[in-house]
Amino acid sequence: MAQENINLEKIVTPGQLVTKRFLRNKLAIVGVGILVAMFLFSFIGPLFSPYGEYTIFYTATDGTEFCTENLQGCDPAETGVTIANKQAPSTLHWFGTDKDGRDVFTRLMYGGRISLTIGFVVVLFQIGLGVTLGGIAGYFGGKIDNLIMRLVDVMYCLPTLPIMLIISSLLLSYNVPQNQKIYWLTLVMGIMGWASVARLVRAQILSLREQEFMVATEATGIHPAKRIMKHLVPNVMPQLIVVATMGMGSVILTEAAYSYLGIGVPFPYASWGNMVNVVKDPIILREYIFMWLPPGLFILTTVLGFNFVGDGLRDAFDPKMKR
Amino acid sequence: MSEAILKVEDLKKYYPIKGGLLQRVVSQVKAVDGVSFEVKQGSTFGLVGESGCGKTTVGRTLLRLHENNGGKVIFDNKDVFALSNKELRAIRPELQIIFQDPYSSLSPKMPVGEIIGEAVREHKLVPEKELRNYVMQIMRECGLQEHHIDRYPHEFSGGQRQRICIARAVALKPKVIICDEPVSALDVSVQAQIINLLMDLQKERGLSYVFISHDLSVVEHISDEVGVMYLGNLVEKGPKKEIFKNPMHPYTKSLFSAIPTPDPTVKMNRIVLEGDIPSPANPPSGCKFHTRCQNCMKICKNVAPEYKNYGNDHFVACHLYDK
Amino acid sequence: MFKKTALQKEAKKRMKEISKTNRAIVKKFEAEKKRKDVPESEYKTEMKNPHNILEIDNLHTYFYTDMGIVKSVNGVTLEIPQGKTVALVGESGCGKSVTSLSIMKLVSAPAGQITDGQIRYNRPTGPIDIVKTPISQMQDIRGNEISMIFQEPMTSLNPVFRIGAQIDEAIMLHRIDIKKADVKKQTIKMLELVGIARAEGIYNSFPHELSGGMRQRVMIAMSLCCNPRLIIADEPTTALDVTIQAQVLDLLRDLKTKIDASILLITHDLGVVAEMADYVVVMYAGRIAEQGTAHDVFLHPKHPYTMGLIKSKPVVNQEVDRLYSIPGQVPNPVNLPEHCFFKDRCDKCIAACNGAIPELLQIGNTHKVACHLYDNEKEV
Repeated sequence: MAQENINLEKIVTPGQLVTKRFLRNKLAIVGVGILVAMFLFSFIGPLFSPYGEYTIFYTATDGTEFCTENLQGCDPAETGVTIANKQAPSTLHWFGTDKDGRDVFTRLMYGGRISLTIGFVVVLFQIGLGVTLGGIAGYFGGKIDNLIMRLVDVMYCLPTLPIMLIISSLLLSYNVPQNQKIYWLTLVMGIMGWASVARLVRAQILSLREQEFMVATEATGIHPAKRIMKHLVPNVMPQLIVVATMGMGSVILTEAAYSYLGIGVPFPYASWGNMVNVVKDPIILREYIFMWLPPGLFILTTVLGFNFVGDGLRDAFDPKMKR
Repeated sequence: MSEAILKVEDLKKYYPIKGGLLQRVVSQVKAVDGVSFEVKQGSTFGLVGESGCGKTTVGRTLLRLHENNGGKVIFDNKDVFALSNKELRAIRPELQIIFQDPYSSLSPKMPVGEIIGEAVREHKLVPEKELRNYVMQIMRECGLQEHHIDRYPHEFSGGQRQRICIARAVALKPKVIICDEPVSALDVSVQAQIINLLMDLQKERGLSYVFISHDLSVVEHISDEVGVMYLGNLVEKGPKKEIFKNPMHPYTKSLFSAIPTPDPTVKMNRIVLEGDIPSPANPPSGCKFHTRCQNCMKICKNVAPEYKNYGNDHFVACHLYDK
Repeated sequence: MFKKTALQKEAKKRMKEISKTNRAIVKKFEAEKKRKDVPESEYKTEMKNPHNILEIDNLHTYFYTDMGIVKSVNGVTLEIPQGKTVALVGESGCGKSVTSLSIMKLVSAPAGQITDGQIRYNRPTGPIDIVKTPISQMQDIRGNEISMIFQEPMTSLNPVFRIGAQIDEAIMLHRIDIKKADVKKQTIKMLELVGIARAEGIYNSFPHELSGGMRQRVMIAMSLCCNPRLIIADEPTTALDVTIQAQVLDLLRDLKTKIDASILLITHDLGVVAEMADYVVVMYAGRIAEQGTAHDVFLHPKHPYTMGLIKSKPVVNQEVDRLYSIPGQVPNPVNLPEHCFFKDRCDKCIAACNGAIPELLQIGNTHKVACHLYDNEKEV
C-alpha cells in the first residue's frame, strides 16, 4: 500500500502539531469546554429565557406573580402589590430574584454578555495599540523605540484604580449618561493595558529582526510595510494569541472588580461584577447566598477557563515543550 | 580579463561600544578596517578568514545592509552608499545574498513558491500571470522538484533549503551574489552538491560571486581570486593559484598548514599558531598579526605594514618582504 | 490541494496510533529501568578480548517519537582497544552521537531507549554490560571512568561560576583520595596539563572571559581530572577555527600518550579523523558501513559511501573540475527501506543490493565492510 510509506514528518504541518499538543493537554480541553459553555450561556441563553434583563417581578395581593413585561391585568402601582424581591430559588426563578425583584438567572446571562464583550473589546483594543506601537518600536529602533518604550514605562507607573475612580467621578460631574459609561470603561481599560503587549511585541520583533530570513527580505528589496505585515506579524501571532487569551481572563476580572466598586458597568445593566456587588449588604451576604454566589462562581470559572486555554496554547506553541 | 562588476575601495565598518550611564560611545570595534578588492564579471572572489575577522560584515556592508564608516562600494558603476533608499531598493535584485544557516534564512510560515516569488513580484520582474511558471522554472534549475512549490520550509532537508535560498536569490536575475558560508552548515556529501550547483549557475547565467568561507579547500575549489582576512584587514590577496601555490603572509601559511588532510600517511609539518585571535575592539599595534606571528620582527610591533603588489597581482601586507 | 488534506487526515490517524503504541513500549522500558537492587550478576559479563576497554555488540537505540520509531542506532558493533583512538565518522543524523550517549546511558528518555544489544565495558573491578547496569552504578562510571567532551564549550560551562570553582567541584566529586586543601593545586596542575600558560589567572576567570579554544581546553581539563579510562569527544573541534582546531588536536594527541586513555572521537570531518584516529568506523543511517584502521579506510576505501565521502571533499592543492557528489539524501530514519540503506544513492548497485541489508564482512585483517559488492571475496 502506498499509504504505508508516507513520511509523517514531511506531511504533518506545524499547525497540526500545535493542535495535537494542545489536545493532549487535558486542562486546556476543560478550559475550552468552560468557555464554550459560557459563550453559549451568555449569547444564546437569553433567546430561550422567558424574562428580560430589567424585568421586575411583583406579587399581587392574591399571591399571583406578574412582571413589568406581562402585567396579567394587574397594576404594579396598586396598593398591596409588593415587589417579589429576594425570592428563594424556585422553578420560576432558578436562582431566585435579586433585591429589586429581577430574575437572577436571566441577569447572569446578560451579565455574561457584557463581561465577555467588554473582555473581548478591551483585549482587541490592547492588542491593536500594543502591536502597532510595539511593532514600530521594535522595527525602527533608535529614537522612536526609545520614545515609545519610555511611554510604556510611564503607562506601567500609572495606578489604574485611582484613575478609574477619577474618571468615574468626572463622568458623573459632566452628566454623561449611564449607558455611555460602558464605552468609557472599555476605552480606558484598553488604554491602560496596551503597555505589556507592546513590550512583548517589541521583544519578539527585535529577535526576529536578526533572523536571516528578515535580512533576506531586506536584501531582496521588499517594502518595509510588507516586511512587517507578511514576515514579522505572522511570526509574532502565537505569542499574541496566548497573551490575548490570558488577557481576556484578567480583563474580566478587572471589570468585575470595578463593577463591584461601583465604577464599572452601571445599573440597571447587569454584569457579573455588579451582581456580586450586593454582598456589601451584610444581610444579603448572610441570608441570600443565591444572589451573589452564582455570579462569583461564574467569574471564577470563566477566568479559570481562559487561563487553562492560555496555558495550553502557550505549551502547544512552544516547541521546547515537545514531548 | 573582463571588467570589474563590483569594486570595493577601502571599505570600513566600525561598531560603537557604548558604555557608562548615558550610553555614550566609548570606543569602536573595527570590524572591517579598510578592505579593497574587485570582483570581475563572471568570476568568483573568495574571502577566507577565521571567525571574528570581519568577513561576514564585509558581505553585509557590501549590500548596504549596514551603513559604512568610510570607503566605497561601486557596483555596476553606481556607488552603493550614495543611492537614495528608493534607488537602493531598485538595484537590490541585482545584488543578492545567500546565508549560512538554511534553517533561519527561510520564513517558516510561507510556502516555497511565495518565498521565491515574493521579491520577483515586488520588483515586477515577471508578469503576474507567468509568475508561478517562472518560479517553477527557477526551482527546476536549482535542482528542486516543481511540485514542491506549495510546501513549507520545514518539509525540506538542509541541502534542499539551501537550494531554496539559492533559488530565491537567482530568481531576481542578479549580477552578483554574496555567498556567506553557504555550505558550512551542510554535510559533506550535500556540500558538494551545493558547490556544484553554484558553479553550474555561474556558468549558465554569468554570475559573479563573493564567496565567504572559513574552509580553505572549498574556497580554493570555487574561487578565481582569493583574499585572506585577519582582524578586519586583508593581509593577502591575489589569483587563486598564486595564493595557494605560493602563500607569502605568515598567517596564510599557518592557515594552510592547519587544515587537516584526509590522508593518514601525510603527517604535515604544522605551523601551530600560538594563542587566540586578539579582540577587534582592542587590536594590537603595528601589524595586527604580530602577537601570533613566528617571524615577528621589531618593526612589526610598531609600524603597520603596507599593502604591496609583489607581482602577478599578488598583494601582501607584511614587513618580511619589505626589502 | 485536496489530495494533501486527505493525506493529512491519514497522517493524523497514524500519529494517534503511533503515540498509543509508543506509550505502551516506553512504559515497559522505563519500568525495567526503575527496578531497584538489581543483583550484580545480572550485568556482569565477559569481554571478548581483554585488551579492549569497550565492546559494543549489536547495539540498537530507538527513539519512540510521534512521527514513528526513529532507529537512530540500528545494530552497531565496534570495539575500542586500550590506549587507542577510534573515530566514529558520519553525516548528521547517522547515529554517531546517539551511540556515544548510549555508552554513557544518557539517551534522552522516555522517547529514547536502548532496545537491544550489549555495551561491554572493561571495568577495573570486572567487565560489566552497561545496557543492564542500573543508573546508580552508572553515576560512578560517568565522569569517573568514562568522560565526555562536548562540541559547544560555552554551553557546557556554567556561566556564573569561575573556571577554578567548576574544576574544583569536579575533582572533589570524583576524586575522594585528594584532600580538600590540595584540590586547588590539582586544578592548576590539570590546567597546565592542557597547555594553559596562565593557569593561576584562568583559575579566577569566568567562562565568558575566555575564547572558544580556551574554553575547550578547560572542558578537556575538566574531563581529565578524574583520570578517565575512556574519553568520548563529541565533535570537539567543530565549533573552533582551523588554527585553534590545530592546537586542540595537538593537545589531544599529546594527552593520549601522557595519560594512556582510549579516545572515542566523534566527528564528521574526515581530515580530523585521518590525523587522530588509529581505527575508523564509518556510519550511515544508524549502521556501520565500513570499519578498519585509518590506513584501510582512507587508502583503500571499499564501501561506495566512504569513497563518495572522501571524493566529495575538495583538497587543497588538488584541482578537480567538478566535485564528486553523492546524489540524493539520507533516507528517512522512520521508514528505512528493507534493502541496503545506501542503495538509492549508490552508483555501484548490483542485483544483490535489492536483497537483504548487507552484514559486515571481514575483508582484511582489520578491515570490515557492509556491502554486497564484496559478498564473494571473504577473507582476502
